[in-house]
Amino acid sequence: MANKGWDEFEIGAMLRSFDGKIDECSAFTPQRDRNYSQNNSHVASVADWRLIKPVFNKDYCIDCQFCWIYCPDVSIISRDKKLIGVDMDHCKGCGICVEVCPTNPKSLLMFPEQADEETELANWPAKDEEK
Amino acid sequence: MAFDKMELRDIEVWDGNHAAAQALRQAQVDVLAAYPITPSTPIVEGYAKFKSDNYVEGEFVMVESEHAAMSGCIGAAAAGGRVATATSSQGLALMVETLYQASGMRLPIVLNIVNRALAAPLNVNGDHSDMYLCRDSGWIQFDAFSPQEAYDLNFIAFKVSEDHDVRLPAIVNQDGFITSHTAQGVHTMADDDAYNFVGEYKPMNDMLDFENPVTHGVQTEEDWHFEHKARQHNDMMTKVSPKIEEAFSDFEKLTGRKYNQVECYDMDDADVAVVCMGTSVETAREVAGEMRAKGLKAGVVGLRVVRPFPFAEIGNVLKDIKAVAALDRSAPGGAAGVLFNEIAGSLFNTDSKMLLSGYIYGLGGRDLLKSHLVDLFNELQANADAGKVLTQQQQFIGVRGPKLAYL
Repeated sequence: MANKGWDEFEIGAMLRSFDGKIDECSAFTPQRDRNYSQNNSHVASVADWRLIKPVFNKDYCIDCQFCWIYCPDVSIISRDKKLIGVDMDHCKGCGICVEVCPTNPKSLLMFPEQADEETELANWPAKDEEK
Repeated sequence: MAFDKMELRDIEVWDGNHAAAQALRQAQVDVLAAYPITPSTPIVEGYAKFKSDNYVEGEFVMVESEHAAMSGCIGAAAAGGRVATATSSQGLALMVETLYQASGMRLPIVLNIVNRALAAPLNVNGDHSDMYLCRDSGWIQFDAFSPQEAYDLNFIAFKVSEDHDVRLPAIVNQDGFITSHTAQGVHTMADDDAYNFVGEYKPMNDMLDFENPVTHGVQTEEDWHFEHKARQHNDMMTKVSPKIEEAFSDFEKLTGRKYNQVECYDMDDADVAVVCMGTSVETAREVAGEMRAKGLKAGVVGLRVVRPFPFAEIGNVLKDIKAVAALDRSAPGGAAGVLFNEIAGSLFNTDSKMLLSGYIYGLGGRDLLKSHLVDLFNELQANADAGKVLTQQQQFIGVRGPKLAYL
């Protein structure tokens, strides 16, 4: 965002979500096609304090959409009811997606922020056998 | 849903609380969120009764605290409605955090404060401690000296506060009990005239505008906070005062009642003057008249607009006065009184030779007696004659025990 002076912005520390008006069809416009304003956190990373991150393993995912429903930051990216990944610019690393994942082994697991995704996927835990 | 209009006599016998409640009814407030506290309760209670009797169609939200009351007002104002509430003293103290939110978010809200002392010791009577508590909160502040003015200033407060060049919340102060519970004749406006003066609410950046979604109540850190506060202060300093003058002028055209940011009584040829607020103004005017009969050129200045402080106006009024007393009705807590400081500030670095002394009086509803003011005017005249302040700069009046004087 440009470093505007005190006289160059709208009053009230009020931020507009979109550039220009939206109409009633906006709800059906895919996120990527919406006219988000530069003030909208859609285009900003608000995840730089995340300490642990979810890693998605599509081999086990059953596309139940539980993670998509429960994610408090709308950070699960789902297209045509298929989970395709996690929006790492908005995910805060809360771990709720992992908690609600019903598969065995889980299709999402939390790892330290610095962990290498390929390595973790290669070492994914095996199915937890019921005793 | 349609609501009924109320037939009013030209002059009604109202106390300050009822006058304020009637003004909120006539302004057709959309949302009033409130929590009761003495002595302001009858304002919101009165509004609630108007609602029950179908004289208003707004929402009355009963909340669990004054903090919640102002929070509700903030939400409703951000949503895009005309909003008001009332409180006093401890309730205001609990509300203060949200006052700063309202002004920073540039939301027009009208808050009636029925001035009352702050505990401890617990006290329900009038002084200006609560008024002073929110002096830096970024709210416009008016002061009513009588029920008539409590009625009139509410309309002016809505008009100024809701102006799109202003968009700052406004407080209307009145003295606890002496104004709020003392019935006097109040000249009324017809419902239509009163509403037309305030005008239809014009939303700005409202959350109910679904075509233009906005986020209110954002966070800014060291990168943006200063710029927003600077803008807020700039608008308070440059945009509010002309709008107040405009509203005062329009109001005079409608009602014949003329208000000024600084009210002057017998000031044209005065040698000595008292500056005060609230009901003390009337007492001081009466005493000034009596002092004039004794040959002392006494005048009185009543501060109608507390924020933005009318530096230029008060400086102009006082610059040629020989001796002036600033009367502060609040425990100063280790400093000179607020009025003393503001008046001193308005004439510092000028050629004025005005002698200024500060008086602390009337805490917790202690009466300001005419005899106090007689002594005070004589003290001012002695200062004027001597060409210097003969007493210490801060004195307490009306308190029992050994004389208290400082500075």
